Amino acid sequence: MTSGVDLGRPQTQAVGSDEDVVRVRQLVRTVAVAAKLSLVDQTKVVTAASELARNTLVYGGGGSVEVSTVDNGRKQGIKILFADSGPGIADLNLALTDGYTTGGGLGLGLSGARRLVDEFDIQTAPGQGTRITITKWSR
Amino acid sequence: MALNADESGRLVDVLSRHVDRITRRWAEVVAAQLRGRLSQAELIRQGQELHRALLDALGKGAVDLTSEEATELRAVLAEFSRGQARQGFSATETATGVFALKDALLTVLDSDQSEGTLRDYVGFSALVDQMGLFTFETYVRTRESLIADQAEQLLELSTPVVKLWEGVVAVPLVGTLDSARAQVVMERLLQTLVDTGSPYAIIDITGVPAVDTQVAQHILKTVVAARLMGADCIISGIRPQIAQTIVALGIEFGDIATKASLADALRHVLRLTGVETGRRQSRREA
Repeated sequence: MTSGVDLGRPQTQAVGSDEDVVRVRQLVRTVAVAAKLSLVDQTKVVTAASELARNTLVYGGGGSVEVSTVDNGRKQGIKILFADSGPGIADLNLALTDGYTTGGGLGLGLSGARRLVDEFDIQTAPGQGTRITITKWSR
Repeated sequence: MALNADESGRLVDVLSRHVDRITRRWAEVVAAQLRGRLSQAELIRQGQELHRALLDALGKGAVDLTSEEATELRAVLAEFSRGQARQGFSATETATGVFALKDALLTVLDSDQSEGTLRDYVGFSALVDQMGLFTFETYVRTRESLIADQAEQLLELSTPVVKLWEGVVAVPLVGTLDSARAQVVMERLLQTLVDTGSPYAIIDITGVPAVDTQVAQHILKTVVAARLMGADCIISGIRPQIAQTIVALGIEFGDIATKASLADALRHVLRLTGVETGRRQSRREA
């Protein structure tokens, strides 16, 4: 399905529907395999991407996801950027608290995704949208 | 640009005098494209039908495809492209079927210079372009409805509830568990619990590639609903990578029994109901 993608360059996927979340998952899995992540790490990063892409859709009102491979000289990894221009997050600490949700979910998506990856960076402000960058390195 | 009455009249003349040549040339062009996937007889029949509808529309004074006189022609084109879409022909192959009319007419005009002017041909060409676009749109609509049908069928197919043992039903989940499917799964499971009077249900997630919080929530809701009806649920098929991901996410399944494989889950249920499995007995004896 996503075979034939050029993995040397960042891949972008718009997120506007539930089907797009599935496409993000498939894209992330393809890139994670190419970055030689173990099966456990693949599953973790795919799950984190699924959570964050759904947040982009549900809370950010849609946006885009950019997936790329990274290399720090010693190991390979996968870097994913989730960007939306939605309402942003007013209280980041609260949003990162386990069990806190404004949307009827389990309240574990954002905090759980942070635990699933190696690097987690979030830039957000009310009215400014949200940009989340995650990185997972191969072991 | 639309045809004027003069051009339309001359086209009717040319089209009606060269039925065979136009139909044959059309069939040739289309056959080259399709490489023998339709028989010559079938092609000739389609060509005649198109030709007849086109001649009919022009004869009634249709100046472009949207005019009322061209209703019949539109119906023939729609039928043609629906047939092509359902038989798996590509969009190009379908559109070629219409554009080949230009080629066919040009052959006739070429052989006899006096028969038509460049203006006639350009006018005709514009009409064929309209027909091509119309065909293409019908084609896309047909494919879209095919895809929608298939998605619905998939939803039905991918959520069987099977009876594993007396009083034990199982739901093997395969693929992505979105809200629509989760709803279908829950309905099927609860209905089967009532129909079979089973006190145990096993939800097997071996085929679910990633368990995120949404999937977990759907499963938890299904389990709670089943419990309200007095049935106990066991979740099976939790592979090592899924287990680690669930822990990192912080999802808690509480007091819901979970097992690594469907076999383990069935054994667990059988033990709860006091059924001894044969293998264990023989092992004990040995």
